[in-house]
Amino acid sequence: MDIKQLAMSFIATAAFGLIFNVPKNLLAHCGFVGMIGWFIYLLLVDYGLDSVFATFFAAFVVAVGSQLLARAYKTPMTVFSVSGIIPLVPGGLAYEAMRHVVVNDYNMAIQLAAKAFMLSGAIAMGLVFSEVINQLTKTKGSR
Amino acid sequence: MEDIHVADVCLLAGKIMLQSGAETYRVEDTMVRIAAAFGMPHSHSYVTPTGIIFAIDGAGPARLIRIAERSTDLQKVTLVNSISRQISNGELSLAEAYAQLKQLENKNVAYPLIWQMIAAFVASGCFVVMFSGAWSDVLPACFAGGLGFSGLYYVHRLIKTKFFAEFFAAFLAGVTAVALVKIGFGSNVDKIIIGSVMPLVPGMLITNAVRDLMAGHLVAGLSKGAEAFLTAFAIGTGIAVILAM
Repeated sequence: MDIKQLAMSFIATAAFGLIFNVPKNLLAHCGFVGMIGWFIYLLLVDYGLDSVFATFFAAFVVAVGSQLLARAYKTPMTVFSVSGIIPLVPGGLAYEAMRHVVVNDYNMAIQLAAKAFMLSGAIAMGLVFSEVINQLTKTKGSR
Repeated sequence: MEDIHVADVCLLAGKIMLQSGAETYRVEDTMVRIAAAFGMPHSHSYVTPTGIIFAIDGAGPARLIRIAERSTDLQKVTLVNSISRQISNGELSLAEAYAQLKQLENKNVAYPLIWQMIAAFVASGCFVVMFSGAWSDVLPACFAGGLGFSGLYYVHRLIKTKFFAEFFAAFLAGVTAVALVKIGFGSNVDKIIIGSVMPLVPGMLITNAVRDLMAGHLVAGLSKGAEAFLTAFAIGTGIAVILAM
């Protein structure tokens, strides 16, 4: 784990916030959420956990962090979570899968695509679980 | 100002939110809350990603708004959200709320395009490092990513088919990456391409699809999921064309 990974994920997520037109005063918060998510992912993968579980937990943390920030700043939760999950998107795997499709190596392509699909599902499930937590702890009038 | 109905305010708020890329359940929720705050507790709103149907019990027929174009502007969603909060707290009158929303509708609160391009430029480079690429590949990825993102914007303005614009953007990013490596600027084409297509990832659609599905909006959730899938497919095709060449 090194500091350059964290710094880069912070900058990348904040830059994504800018692309999604997140309000100026909340850009740094976006970057922070993304950095935490990426940190958790790297930590768990380093620890030897499967990347699907690591992605799930990271997405969960991103979503819970977004919920907390959304309550604190009285903004929609998506402001933070949308860019926060971007580092977890399995772009590399999808790319590798595509590369094997092009050379008609469908055996490998399907394997990689299935893995990419599972990772996307893990992101979705992470968001779902945090949503459940949010509904369980919902106070009246907060959105 | 002439007669403004509660439904006008609700529809305007809903329209701005939906056009700015809010989740459909949030749009429905906001419209019903605004109506309730103005003394109309029994209202029904049915929102899909492409249109809004809104009716208030005992106050005339249902009304329909068609949404043709959607973008991602979380700033506007936040602003409408705070206006709706003020309405709920009774801080705004009907006319004031309508005036504020009308002003917001025509205002451009998005960041200038050049900033967004710089953001795509920077993000592409960061992803190369995050996916453990070499530092020498960062700058080429920046250029490929920035160019791809700009391509998305300009092609989408020219051709209204979003999926073609995404296909072309990924293609452009790939061509740039390959060309840069050919002239000796950067070494690992794979890492550069992966980094440079990251700004095209439909993060907004993925999140909203999941959140809408969880809120029980199956139609909206599935259609957004399909849109996200098609976008991913368009990007993949753009890259596949490069790889096949």
